[in-house]
Amino acid sequence: MNTQATEKKITVAVLLLALVLPVWLYPVLMAQLACMALFACSLNLLFGYAGLLSFGHAAFFGIAAYATGYMTKAWGFTPELALLGALLLVMLVAFCTGSLAIRRKGIYFSMITLALSQLVYFIIVAAPFSNNEDGYQGVPRGAFLGLLDLGNNYVLYYFVLAIVVLTWWGVHRVVNSPYGEVLKAIKDNEQRVTSLGYNVNRYKVLAFTLSAGVAAIAGGLKTLVFGLASLSDVHWHLSTDGVIMMILGGIGSLIAPVFGATILVLVHHLLSGEFDALVPVIMGVIFVACVLAFRGGVVQYLHTLVRLLTRRAP
Amino acid sequence: MELFGLPLPVVMGQIVVGLVNGSFYAILSLGLAVIFGMLNIVNFVHGAIYMLGALLAWLLLTKLGVSYWWSLLIVPLLIGAFGCVLERTMLRRLYQIDHVFGILLTLGLAYIIEGLARYWFGAAGMSFDAPEAFSGAYNLGFMRLPKYRVWVIVASLVVCFATWAMIEKTKLGAYLRASTENPAIARSFGINVSVLVTLTYGLGVALAGFAGVLAAPIYQVSPIMGHSLIIVVFAIVVIGGMGSILGSIITGLFLGLVEGLTRAYWPEASTVVIFVVMILVLILRPSGLFGKE
Repeated sequence: MNTQATEKKITVAVLLLALVLPVWLYPVLMAQLACMALFACSLNLLFGYAGLLSFGHAAFFGIAAYATGYMTKAWGFTPELALLGALLLVMLVAFCTGSLAIRRKGIYFSMITLALSQLVYFIIVAAPFSNNEDGYQGVPRGAFLGLLDLGNNYVLYYFVLAIVVLTWWGVHRVVNSPYGEVLKAIKDNEQRVTSLGYNVNRYKVLAFTLSAGVAAIAGGLKTLVFGLASLSDVHWHLSTDGVIMMILGGIGSLIAPVFGATILVLVHHLLSGEFDALVPVIMGVIFVACVLAFRGGVVQYLHTLVRLLTRRAP
Repeated sequence: MELFGLPLPVVMGQIVVGLVNGSFYAILSLGLAVIFGMLNIVNFVHGAIYMLGALLAWLLLTKLGVSYWWSLLIVPLLIGAFGCVLERTMLRRLYQIDHVFGILLTLGLAYIIEGLARYWFGAAGMSFDAPEAFSGAYNLGFMRLPKYRVWVIVASLVVCFATWAMIEKTKLGAYLRASTENPAIARSFGINVSVLVTLTYGLGVALAGFAGVLAAPIYQVSPIMGHSLIIVVFAIVVIGGMGSILGSIITGLFLGLVEGLTRAYWPEASTVVIFVVMILVLILRPSGLFGKE
């Protein structure tokens, strides 16, 4: 059985679980998980398919989180309009930062994205609306299209899930399009693609902008879920969390970030409270263990598992 | 006396603070450059190691009564040894694979070191007195110049240039450069590249530890002191390029100075000025001030 079929099975299983799990699990936690998975997906789009490793995606997540909050609360936008506004704003910012960052390659690219996101962090700290440590609070969830009230946690969760799945499907279409093929080619051998006459930088900037857009949707949804945009949404720890979620899930598989995100969100969730102080230590141990022992990510084991389970079927 | 609308002592004070910060930037980016040159790894744990240096100096002083001067020698040695262990046990496995894993591993180590320090000592700062000999200040007429700050600038410059001389002028340095340039050929000449790699990593982090001890009396010793510093140092490395050792030293000092002047004239912008300089450099000279890319 080929990898693609296995991948499809795993994706269907994930979707089914996402649909039924809120019956047992707190829907707000599930919605948070969906947002983080989408965030990891945005990094996966960029690194897994274009070979660009961003350490600054928290900037896009955070800008969208604040922008969505502001547009919903101060201007009274409906959720979908606020998300759209945040998306456009972030893509504009990402186009600029991406154009800067791709001027250097490899490891420098990652350091530049990190530094630029730190710049965004300081700007947001200083901005009058951000309320510093308190964050932008009391964002109403509003009603989808002005009709469907998102106040109910279950309604909210399925709203979030629908948008996340739609966006994910969009990413799927992008990486399987001719454009996506060129991206993969750039990842494999940039010089050859250049010599074939492609403007590599344009492809990279577009990938960066699209990926930032995906991160923006994740950030905007997160604000709607919690009614709050805070500094931790722009902090570089979120960027590195995103990268580790992507690696933990497994590179080169579109559905993999879900698993990385699940692990990370659960660790944060289970350890918060009593063991708060130890969360960074545990996170560090996960990073180190992941790099030394599980570079293939969770999805690789799932593939093996699915193959074992379906071996008898002809 | 005024300089562009600000009292001269204020401006000079910020210039000195800027040079002190610049010295730390110089030592830290130098260490990053040395490690990157040899190991091809971006050492994200550098900021945490710097913190560890300060913390160890504080522990040695308060728990064991070891003086600042001994710490200045012992702490870099301890940290260098620690670095060698890290290299032998973990980093070694990552040289052949994607950069991302080196970053993530050292980032994870930074989380662990900072997390444990925070768990044991809390996030509050602990004060560390400057040694007796440097407790006063020189009176230059137009400003007061704290002696300890002068010492920090001088000591960092000496260490930076000693490192530069060691790499550029000695036989060991020649071996190092040869192993960086072409490990296979260096090996065929009988150079033990593997030991050199370990020692290089030890040296790189020892420099960060040394910076930490120097910093202890200036800033409060706290588990988060190196936390965001590492990002500023990354920006400096982007500005200067990691290709040149002298380049890293000069860039570090220069950006410290720029930051100090900004703090005097436009305090709100002082946290971001280095990133803005980075953007300008990327637009005007994408390969960095001293880059060969």
